[in-house]
Amino acid sequence: MENVTQIAQLTINGMSIGAIYGLVALGLVLTYKSTEVLNFAHGDVLMFSAFLGWGLIEGLGASFWLALPAAAIVAAAATWLLEQRVVRIIAGQPQFAGVMLTIGLAFMIRGMVSMGFGPESRNFTTPWAGQISHVGGIVIADLNLIIIAVTLVITAGLYGFLTRSAVGVAIQAASQNQLAAYLSGIRVKRLNSLVWGISGAIAAVSGMLLAPITMVDIGLWAVLLKGLAALVLGGFGSVRGAIVGGLLIGLIEQFSGVFLPDGFKDVMAYLVLIGVLIVWPRGLFSEAHGRRV
Amino acid sequence: MSAPLLTVEHLSVSFGGVKAVDDVSFQVGSGEIFAIIGPNGAGKTSIFNLVTRVFEAGGGRVTMRGKDITRVPRNDIVRFGIARTFQNIELFEGASVLDNLLLGRHRFPTGNLLQQIFYTPRVRHAEDAARDRAEDIIALLDLAPHRNSPVAGLPYGVRKVVEIGRALAAEPELLLLDEPASGLNPEETRDLAFWIEDIKKDMGITVVMVEHDMSLVAETADRVMVMNMGRVLTTGTPQQVQSHPEVVAAYLGA
Amino acid sequence: MRFPYDTAYADSRRLLRFTGQKLSYGALLLLLCAAPFVLPRFYVGELTYLFIFCLASLGLMVLTGYTGLVSLGHAAFVGIGAYTHAWLLGHGVPLFISLALAATASGIMGVVIGVPAIRISGLYLAIVTLAFSVLVEHAMGRWVSVTGGFSGLSVPAPEVFGVSLGGPKAFYFLCLACLILVLLGLINLTRTRPGRALVGVRDSEAAARSLGIHVAGYKVLAFKLSAAICGLAGGLMAHQTRFLTPEAFSMMLSMQLLLAVVIGGLGSLRGAILGAIVISLLPTAISHLKPLLSARLAGQSGLEVFMFGLVLTAFVLFEPKGINGRWLKVKAFFEYFPLYRRDTFRRTKAYMRSERYK
Repeated sequence: MENVTQIAQLTINGMSIGAIYGLVALGLVLTYKSTEVLNFAHGDVLMFSAFLGWGLIEGLGASFWLALPAAAIVAAAATWLLEQRVVRIIAGQPQFAGVMLTIGLAFMIRGMVSMGFGPESRNFTTPWAGQISHVGGIVIADLNLIIIAVTLVITAGLYGFLTRSAVGVAIQAASQNQLAAYLSGIRVKRLNSLVWGISGAIAAVSGMLLAPITMVDIGLWAVLLKGLAALVLGGFGSVRGAIVGGLLIGLIEQFSGVFLPDGFKDVMAYLVLIGVLIVWPRGLFSEAHGRRV
Repeated sequence: MSAPLLTVEHLSVSFGGVKAVDDVSFQVGSGEIFAIIGPNGAGKTSIFNLVTRVFEAGGGRVTMRGKDITRVPRNDIVRFGIARTFQNIELFEGASVLDNLLLGRHRFPTGNLLQQIFYTPRVRHAEDAARDRAEDIIALLDLAPHRNSPVAGLPYGVRKVVEIGRALAAEPELLLLDEPASGLNPEETRDLAFWIEDIKKDMGITVVMVEHDMSLVAETADRVMVMNMGRVLTTGTPQQVQSHPEVVAAYLGA
Repeated sequence: MRFPYDTAYADSRRLLRFTGQKLSYGALLLLLCAAPFVLPRFYVGELTYLFIFCLASLGLMVLTGYTGLVSLGHAAFVGIGAYTHAWLLGHGVPLFISLALAATASGIMGVVIGVPAIRISGLYLAIVTLAFSVLVEHAMGRWVSVTGGFSGLSVPAPEVFGVSLGGPKAFYFLCLACLILVLLGLINLTRTRPGRALVGVRDSEAAARSLGIHVAGYKVLAFKLSAAICGLAGGLMAHQTRFLTPEAFSMMLSMQLLLAVVIGGLGSLRGAILGAIVISLLPTAISHLKPLLSARLAGQSGLEVFMFGLVLTAFVLFEPKGINGRWLKVKAFFEYFPLYRRDTFRRTKAYMRSERYK
């Protein structure tokens, strides 16, 4: 039936763009949980990595699967340094300072990319350009499969890392009670830089996966806003929530594009964000906090 | 004791299965100094939080001068004549000492918004009156050298005193002091004892304090209530309580 | 050294306490009044834009600096004021009434955001305001019947009782008058009870509630006032640019306003003005810088964005109290000379502050 195919198509598209939103939110959650800084420069790191990837693929002729990890490593190193040299300076100050600092860094990155690469949108070739597969009678662009697959790999890998490895458990400990972690001998500062580095790598992967859909363009940074919507929906501070929130936002967007009047698709994410914060501020999977007076 | 000022009846609250306050009842008479002591986690600050509506009571009643205040909105409590200090100082860090005290007088209106924007003579007189009252408190608590200093840079002992001053600025009938002597050196504690006496005698304010410093309690309190694990152990004069066997076992030590 | 010697309570509250202050502010006023008759037309226009930007900056300062509610999308209120004003003018409403109504409309929108904002704290509020401004910009583009959409809306020149205020000098004085009136109103607000209450809400909601401050009410008031002031600024901006498009009220304007209040120094009206001056002068300064750089670097708006980021980052890292903070330190140096101690303003480093558990 045509309707079923349409719904299945929308679902796949929604899940694939939603997976990217989820990855963006995941990167934000990691830095927020470890350093209590909401990294407003995350979208710009993503954008920078996409440009870097473009430079590697179209400029140096590298393949996508080489450029992806390369961009990830560069982004990870850059965000590691950023945390170590810049963000650490404002540790202990109110959250507002972190917001302002990362906004400032975001502008700097955006300005540098704009000056260095120029304002035109561009594209890079991917090994699966234009290829499609047939799954259960539905036509799926290979791009979507790749995106979903990579997201699964990253999420599973991160989950395993955080829960099974010593470093991962230490990261969790430091995010729950920094002082106790210090006193237990955990190198908290170094772990914070590591988490930021991981977040940067995730941003790079998100950017490289997003660019084939929306082109390599300065405006890529705005996916940060969708990531924020995903974060709010899933519940601030929740890793599960980030991914689930992202998938939901992606699905909501796709379905509203078809079933709601024109113009709603662009702003559905923000309507959801505002709606969630008004009605159910804790989101889907949040942790309860309270302040003792 | 004449008609009690504050009556607490069967008050209780639980947090996730833990009974922080379990069927607590007591009365505070007008003009007396009432101390609540007990080990940490006994529920002492929770009582304060219940009376001032920071927490929602799970059961029981709180009456002030005969009026039931168990469910009134949190920012209305001060109008019933109750002011408090906080265990971990909650001062307005961005303001000066004087501004903190003036904020203590918030419950006395000075005019509507339009009059304030135009700074009418009525507002000016109200501001002068407020300043006058604040200066009385500054004089009482020896805060004159710090009058215009931002609160954030002041020594801990001074900050505690500013918080007491701010509560006094609201002209309460009942003053709740949450561990006023914690972190103070012996000299500052001695000053505090004198101030509490002044507050009782000169200003006629009833004081309820949560305290760990037994010497301060013995010196100033008229009656003491001992709590443990959310429940009241006993109530009496400081001497009675200090020799009570259960109190000694739970809190004071031999 | 300067010794404030007060003989009455009113002295400490006085705006112009010392002779030096009276002289310098008086001279400033004279200069500002003389400027349009002396300067070329372009600079008069620049100063007019500066006044409008100062007005909007004051609006944001009331909300973010004094009440501690962060708004990343304040351009929305400026835009709402601008479009409302233009629409009302187009329907024949007299100038001052239209400005007042535009400010009111913006204020109402402020309440619309303010009421849900009561329960939402810091970071969430910042995100909500960001989303809100994206929505408003989107609506401005799509509500073509009212706003003219992306093709824009032209704004009639301002006139009162047939006398045109659209000329550069007349409009300059209109904007200057609005700025001074709003500034005086805010100065009065901040030195009386509601101003103190806003600071109380910012610094400790728990203590504020225990003192009888109706926290929710003051948060809504802050939003209402802030939005209304920005709405007024928007109405004036409509005349300044003479042609409205949604892009003028994008995130860039929100960020510029935020930069102005942060760089200027949160919590002070002087800071709002100083920050506004720096931010509105920055593009001009950058365009003077461009000839010194290579053609490629200077090419696009990237340089401007980069410079904004650099200035913001530098202030957050090295001078968090903003220009106002620096001003106060310099003033203290002269007031306490020769007994000034450099470490008076040294910041103690805090490591363990956690706002997540608030």
